[in-house]
Formats: sequence, C-alpha cells, structure tokens
Amino acid sequence: MSSPRRLQYSLAINEALHQVMELDASVFLIGQGVKSPWYVGNTARGLLDRFGEARVIDTPVSENGITGAAVGAAIAGMKPVVVHPRMDFMFFAMDPIINQAANWYYMNGGSGSVPVVFWGIINRGGAQGAQHSQAIHGLFANIPGLKVVMPATAYDAKGLMIAAIRDANPVVFVDERLLYHLEEVVPEEVYSVEIGKGCIRREGKDVTVVAVSFMVHEAMRAAEVLAAEGVDVEVIDLRTIKPLDRDLILQSVGKTGRLVVADVGWKSFGMSGEIAALAAEEAFGSLKAPVLRVALPDCPAPANGVLEDAYYQAVDHIVGTIRQFGLVC
Amino acid sequence: MQSMKSEFTAEFLSDLYRQMVTIRFFEESLVAPILNSEIRTPCHLSCGQEAIAVGLCSGLSRDDYVFGSHRSHGHYLAKGGDLRAMMAEIYCKATGCSRGRGGSMHVIDQDVGMMGSAPIVAGTVSLAVGAALAAQIRQDGRVVVSFFGDGACGEGVLYESLNFAALKRLPVIFACENNLYSTHLPIRECRVSQPIYMTAASFGIESHQVDGNDLLQVLGAGRNAVEACRKGNGPVFLELMTYRLRGHVGPDDAIQGTHQDIRPQHEIEAWRKRDPITCFERYLLAGQLVDEHTMASIRADVAAGIGKARDYAMESPSPRREELLRYVFA
Repeated sequence: MSSPRRLQYSLAINEALHQVMELDASVFLIGQGVKSPWYVGNTARGLLDRFGEARVIDTPVSENGITGAAVGAAIAGMKPVVVHPRMDFMFFAMDPIINQAANWYYMNGGSGSVPVVFWGIINRGGAQGAQHSQAIHGLFANIPGLKVVMPATAYDAKGLMIAAIRDANPVVFVDERLLYHLEEVVPEEVYSVEIGKGCIRREGKDVTVVAVSFMVHEAMRAAEVLAAEGVDVEVIDLRTIKPLDRDLILQSVGKTGRLVVADVGWKSFGMSGEIAALAAEEAFGSLKAPVLRVALPDCPAPANGVLEDAYYQAVDHIVGTIRQFGLVC
Repeated sequence: MQSMKSEFTAEFLSDLYRQMVTIRFFEESLVAPILNSEIRTPCHLSCGQEAIAVGLCSGLSRDDYVFGSHRSHGHYLAKGGDLRAMMAEIYCKATGCSRGRGGSMHVIDQDVGMMGSAPIVAGTVSLAVGAALAAQIRQDGRVVVSFFGDGACGEGVLYESLNFAALKRLPVIFACENNLYSTHLPIRECRVSQPIYMTAASFGIESHQVDGNDLLQVLGAGRNAVEACRKGNGPVFLELMTYRLRGHVGPDDAIQGTHQDIRPQHEIEAWRKRDPITCFERYLLAGQLVDEHTMASIRADVAAGIGKARDYAMESPSPRREELLRYVFA
C-alpha cells in the first residue's frame, strides 16, 4: 500500500481550483498575475492550459474595476475567485467588496446573493515595508455580510477554498505566502472544510491559545516549549474568523480558565480584541486570569530587519505571554 | 424627430409613450408624499430623463441585464420591473422589491433583468462589466446596460471598467446620462470641456453622443449598440445629453434644507421646453401616429395604476423587528 499523498499548501489551493473548475463551469479565476508564478506562486499552475483564457483571466492593474467585475459576474450567476497577490492592494477594491458585495443580499432583501471569493495573500516580512505586507483580515471581519477564512494548513487550504467557492455569500480567503511551502497529507478527493468551524490542534488543560494562520504554527511551537516546563497548552486553530466559532473557544476557556489570542494582524480594534471581548462577555466566570494578546503593535510594517524583528510576533512572544500567567513549575 | 413617417407601429409607439408617462407619473406621484414626510427614503427623481431609460431598454430582451444608480426608478420600470413592488419599496414595506431593506436607491427585479442599483457613484459600472464578462464566458448572448451619470466620470473605477471592457470586447453598453450636473456642481467645474464620449473613445470603444431627450434617437442608438454587442463588437459608450427637471434628490434642491436649485432659471426653462415626453407627444400628433384621445386614455390608465400601487404600498406591512438580521447572509 502506498503512503498517503502529501501536498504543499500552495498546491493544495491549486488542486482545489482544478477540481472545482472542472466540476462547475461557473467557477473562474481572475486577477493580476494568474499567468505568472511570480505573483501567485504555483497556486494557478496548469489552470490556464486546462481551462483557457475565458476562465483564467489575467488582468491590468485595476483592483477596483476587476474586483467589481468579479462581483458583477457573481450577481449574474457565476462563481468567481478574484485574487489579490498582495492584500495591500485590496484597499483599492473596498467599494466592490464592502459597499457592494457585502451589502448586496441584505440591501436587496434577499434578491441576488453574491457567491464570490476575494482571495488576498499576506506577504509577511521580507523587508517589504508597509505596503507589501499588511494583514487586513480584521478589517473585513468587521463588515456584516462578509465571511473571512484563514487556513493554516494545506488540508484546510484546499477544503476552505472549495467551501469558499461553493458558499452562496462573499467570502474573503486569506492565506500567507510563508505557509505556501508547508506540506502534509491532503486527500485527493474533493472535500470541504466547514466555514465557521475551528479545530483543536493540540489539547491541553492549563491555557487556551486561539490562533490563526501563521500564528497557529508558532502557537504549536510555544506549546512544545511550555510542555517541557510542565504547562499544558491547548491550541485552537480558528480556520474561520467570521463567523467565529464561539462555542469552540468558550468550551476551551471553560476548561482551562486562561486565554491567549495570537493574531497575525494589529492589536487594536481587531480580531484579538473581539475574541477577548467574547471571553469577557460569556466566560467571565471561568477566567482565572486576564485575557492576554499576542498581536502586531500599532505600527506600519518596517523594512529594516532589526525593526521587523521587533514588530513581528512569533513563538517567543507567545511563550513569554503564557509565562505571565505564572504557571511555570 | 423631423420625419412624419415612422417605421414603427402605432401600437409600439403607444407603448413607448405609456412607458415614459408611467415613469413620469410614478415619480411625480412621490412629490407630495416626500414633502409631507410620508416617504422618508431619499428619492432621486429622473423627471426629464425618461427617454433614455425607455429608449435603451426597448432594444433589450427580458434576459438582458441592466444595472442602475441612485436615480433608477426609470430604469427599473423601463426594464419591466414590477411597479407595485417598487412603490412599496419606496415606502420601505415588507412587500417592496427589496423587502424594505433598500429603499429608493436599491431597486431590483432580477426576474426581468433589472439586476440592481446602488448610489455609490460609478459603483455599479464595474458590476455591469462583470455581468457582461459572465455573459461572454457563458456565451449566452446577453447584453448588459450600465446606467450612470456624468458625475460618475469623476470616479477612477469608470476608466478601469472602460479599459477592461474594451480589452475583452465585452457586450456592455455604457449609458452615460449627462444631465450637466454632478449633484450641485456644473460639469464645467468637474472636467475640462471635452465631451465625455470622446474620453471613452480614447479607450478604443465605439462611442457616440446622443440627444437623450429625443426618444427615437436614443432608441436608434441603443439598437445599434445592442446589435454591435451581440455580434461581439462591444462595448459601446453612449453619452446621452439630458437634463433633470427636478432636484438632485427630492422634488427640488431645497429639500435638503441647504439651498434652492442653483441652476440658472433660464437654463431650466430652456430644457423644460425640450421635455422628452411633450416632444414625443408633438411628434406623435404631427405624424398622426397616435391621436390625443389615445394618449389621454393612456395617461388616465397609468395614473389609475399608480394610485392603486400607492394604496398597495400604504396598506402593506412593515418588516418586523424580529427580522432585522434576515438577509445578512444567503
């Protein structure tokens, strides 16, 4: 018997696109650079040859117009995936994403849903500075009518892309370039990961770490470090940040009584604050300590390496934060 | 409209007349309820611009798509949208075309191809381009009309949309209703004096300027544009010169409590003489195509229908409090 097939995160996305486009003629991929691995890695590999230029559409640098076109195509019955190889450029597309797609179904009283996927890639680090590395998932999650998914693993990248495409609503699919090389067992069949459901990556009884995307992996490393110190950390991978898997978080906090939220975005007014508020509102009686957060300082991303090191949060920050609970034996 | 002969039947011309009168009477019927606050949703009336909606939509089939703007009561009706449902929407009732969630600026009837409307200026232009892209991918032969005003020409997304539509030869008609004012600001204060259609032409798009108050001229230009799009020779840009006979929002610009109509009185009067409906009436009478008696009976019939629609809207229930969160997600 051959061992289960392993696949890179980026190729898991690629497989999702191949399979869904094959099964559903209304799915198409549009965005800047879909013909070029320079932009989208190998996520678009083979799509152009297989499905042709009508359904794999490289575009001029016109984020507002192109994203709007994807929204319009969705209103007209298609299921577009519009890719933004750097999510910083999505600021040009906020009108079609927020004013139009997010509001459309509601403001038209249920006439015309908008089944579009807005795919934005975070490009953390790399001396890229403030406009090539932003993580703006929290901003999207603030908007009624949008769903926001952030796969941390190859398995979820495939399953959430398929779920996002098949969802009747606009879904913001956020991935990170730094995860593209990660490899794991990915089933060859078509499957979905349910939007709105997180999962426990590691069970523990002392502290809950709720993490997303890149920070899930850092949280797992932190849990290893702390295990050696006798601290048992539970790691939740949110997978979807909106709608939030409240039950999973509350159950875990009910068990551990301590919560750390680890986000890839900024600290203020973002995802980590939302989850802290959830714990304060609905798990106050279970909490044995204040909720703590590991998130980016309120500062644009710097280019300089020393400053980047101070800016980006990783395993050490999570370990240090958990140590503040004073659980170390 | 010089010709006394017509290639069209009396029945067809009567129907065009009925459509224009329907839009005019519908919107005029809103004036009193707006002034007495019975209607609260901001209404952008298209009085004076009816020939554009009717002329262009008459060249479309039911399956073709239309996207509108903040000023889209006329587009909705001309595309065949349900009149009672729009009246109920303007009263923000549960029976409205947007179930009372949208109001006047979100009129939609997807069963007849009225795909939606929105007040973010130029915000639906790219959506229309996307719907045309959908038509092209599916090769379903549909044509899309994007209605927007001259004010949209200040928005960058218009130019992104023109370029992409030209690049992909999409079956979309850009219908720019140039009423010479971007809310309060005259067009000469918005752009240097070059006709808008010439800007569109620079993107490699077949572009024309049309008298938007001349129904048959609009109709002819629209049919040519639809034919070009169906043959794969789209997109087409039409700059339709017109004038709104009422304020930017509400019956007049005093409705917002800040100012009276700032447009010169002589300009308003000159355009009033070119009211597209009275022009069309003169044409029909002069050519003995439709007689006054027929027109009067159409007007009476339309007025009665609008009265019934208002009764329907008034009697319709409001959405319930418990339904606040309904329709956030499909």
